[in-house]
Amino acid sequence: MGKKSRLAACAALLLPTSIFGQIQNQSDDYQWAMPGKNYAATRFSSLDQINKNTVKNLKLAWTFSTGTVRGQESAPLVVNNTMYLVTPWPNLLYALDLTKPGAPTKWVYDPHTVPAAQGVACCDVVNRGAAFYNGKIYYNTLDDHTVAVDANTGKEVWNTKLGDINMGETMTMAPLVVKGKVLVGNSGGEMGVRGWLSALDADSGKIAWRAYTTGPDKDVLIGPNFKPFYADHRGQDLGTKTWQGEQWKIGGGTVWGWISYDPDLNLVYYGTANPGPWNADMRPGDNKWTCSVFARRPETGEAIWAYQYFPHDDHDYDGVNELVLMDLNINGQMRKVMATPNRDGRLYIIDRATGEVLSAEPFVYQNVTESVDLKTGRIKAVDAKKTGFKTTQDMCPAPPGGKDWQPSAFSPKTSLLYIPHNNLCYEMQGVQANYIAGTPYVGANVKMYAGPGGNRGAFTAWDPVKAKPVWSVKEDFPAWSGAMVTAGDVVFYGTMDGWFKALNAYDGTLLWQFKVGSGIIGQPITYKGPDGKQYVAVLSGVGGWSGAIVAGGLNPVDGTAALGFANAMSDLGKHTTKGGMLYVFALP
Amino acid sequence: MSSRCHSLLLLLCATACFGADGRILRVCADPDNMPFSNRNAEGFENRLAELVAHELGARVEYAWWPEKLGFVRKSLNAGLCDVVMGVPSTIENAAPTRPYYRSTYVFVSRAQGVASLNEPRLRSMKIGMPMVGDDYAPPSHALARLGLAGNVVGFSGYDNRAIADAVSSGAVDVAVMWGPFAGWYGKGLDVRPVTPAAFLGVPFTFEISMAVRKQDTELRAELDRAIGAKCGAIQKLLDEYRVPREGRNTCESSLESPSVALH
Repeated sequence: MGKKSRLAACAALLLPTSIFGQIQNQSDDYQWAMPGKNYAATRFSSLDQINKNTVKNLKLAWTFSTGTVRGQESAPLVVNNTMYLVTPWPNLLYALDLTKPGAPTKWVYDPHTVPAAQGVACCDVVNRGAAFYNGKIYYNTLDDHTVAVDANTGKEVWNTKLGDINMGETMTMAPLVVKGKVLVGNSGGEMGVRGWLSALDADSGKIAWRAYTTGPDKDVLIGPNFKPFYADHRGQDLGTKTWQGEQWKIGGGTVWGWISYDPDLNLVYYGTANPGPWNADMRPGDNKWTCSVFARRPETGEAIWAYQYFPHDDHDYDGVNELVLMDLNINGQMRKVMATPNRDGRLYIIDRATGEVLSAEPFVYQNVTESVDLKTGRIKAVDAKKTGFKTTQDMCPAPPGGKDWQPSAFSPKTSLLYIPHNNLCYEMQGVQANYIAGTPYVGANVKMYAGPGGNRGAFTAWDPVKAKPVWSVKEDFPAWSGAMVTAGDVVFYGTMDGWFKALNAYDGTLLWQFKVGSGIIGQPITYKGPDGKQYVAVLSGVGGWSGAIVAGGLNPVDGTAALGFANAMSDLGKHTTKGGMLYVFALP
Repeated sequence: MSSRCHSLLLLLCATACFGADGRILRVCADPDNMPFSNRNAEGFENRLAELVAHELGARVEYAWWPEKLGFVRKSLNAGLCDVVMGVPSTIENAAPTRPYYRSTYVFVSRAQGVASLNEPRLRSMKIGMPMVGDDYAPPSHALARLGLAGNVVGFSGYDNRAIADAVSSGAVDVAVMWGPFAGWYGKGLDVRPVTPAAFLGVPFTFEISMAVRKQDTELRAELDRAIGAKCGAIQKLLDEYRVPREGRNTCESSLESPSVALH
């Protein structure tokens, strides 16, 4: 890669140094070795051949069919002129040779994910991607295996089973590999799953440590070095004491979202999902450490600090969204922070060394919380919008949140965070009969619908210092794809009705768009090809929780399908059909 | 027509009547969820499927699919089979047949004989409770209102054996279970229906039907007739699996399927 250093130098010159802290300064090799692009999870590339002036000429270069037609949420990886793709169930791993015309398949790895796992996944049979580390590709299968595959040969190096689909557990998240540890977590929430993050030895696949989300300190890996910023996060065994009786044993708090890592502070960061059971009346207390963010040592898993966004969650506001690391000048002081647009509709800026919340302003219309007290760290819920075994109407955001899993991107050039998100509200009314594993019950009837303005999604550029939006583009459907931004000042994302878009990163102007075959819920990436050209790639293939109505063939008249999401998405089938195709673009 | 005539007819007309392989009743069932079904067809729903298939002059072919969230959508409504057993009769995303039994959530204890949610001694008891879907079993709502949430010990709803074992070992004093699981795993334990039978409009008893796709009205009518004709055999089968039942034999009392709600 001869041109690498010169390009990097050019990119660095353009960057204002005041916002260019150490965390963003990891050198860019113009590859894409993990879904977040780097440990800071910025999804920012220094490549700038495709920029706000040239992007209008972007043309389709080649395509590849994944052979699967369920929701394609994963990010392609590009390492050593090879592209790696993970499909939804059955979780095939493709290696494509970028040095040859049309990028032919080098090999395919099949982990033989059991078909029954499809019946367990709550929200389509998605996979959010793989990670490259030290010659191997690591990823999770829907039936709870983590696999390591030789990046050159496609041969399985190890395969470790971590959970049990028969108990409602699946794995859908993308691993992060730090200091020889493969970090993975579980999914699932129905029927009493207990959340965990596990570290596997990258060479052997042996479990090095497992940190549970609930339970006594020894299970949560809380020890003498645990120093949370807020007083009500301190105390022994809060993972049991903030629950009634022994309910923490099936308390939820799965770990199915994103992990970041700060090499300087030597801390890994990740969030935990909502508590169970759904009926909050049954679990008085804060229900720690669900809906929380943890900072841990990668070597041992030892917790250093934690912050609970939403104690005693009653809206399904999982706290698993991406934690984008950035260094910001806040009130004249450089702070090492993380930014996370949370399911509760607020954008948290948190000091990543200490866990102090610096701001938590809404980035989308919401009416269920009043504010976050920055002195105590506690969120104040609106009493009238609390759920329970009763009818509650007009609650915003809906359970998929102001933003769900779809990861945002941060440009150190513009100092803006680019957030693909939802604009959904919901109501809970009456009950309907259901059954699971032979057991009948009646459950709350959840219906979701578009929030104020009538648009179900938006793409917003957020100033994390001022804690304000700079611009926002409305989208008819929830913006359920990831975002990617470059030094060329273009930001990319896709829509559920199948438009792949490039916007001006400064003002949100639409510069280019291309209609792909099926709706986009994947994560766009960019890389430099062996020919020295910059490429942009994205998977098309609608699905996921939001797109289950198309990918899963749901009946549009049954609004309560997909946990009430189908009601808000009943027209999606008129705008897109199933698919599973990679699209790669370049300048002519 | 009696089943014997049907079989005879099958023998007589050989391949001509029902095609080369004879009529097939395709049933979606969980491969591992006793006492309902398993891959060796040992569950009472397996036996029931064979019973009605025989009545229809068909043989059973299984599509195995775990009975997790969205089971009806992913199996029956995805076309993997034509009928599922054991759904609540008020199900909305399929067409239920007439109910063939009504069961109830029960209290399971060693010898305490707990039967009512209002018994004061529950306050000093550990109460085992399975998760069902995203929530605890329906009687949990009553316990929460009674201030007994802290007495609840949660269990995965996928492991009913563990709940019964916890009662036997004394890890909990009493457990709430869905009737058929209590009958199967709670052998030797005290099993009594939860009373009152509903709380704040949440029922603890449910009528149980088979279900077909909404448009398959002909098959549903055939199944209705088969359930009626085999009512006695069905009740015997349920007795054999110790399924606790409430009220009258629903397969004799209701002659027609419940009307399907249109949405």
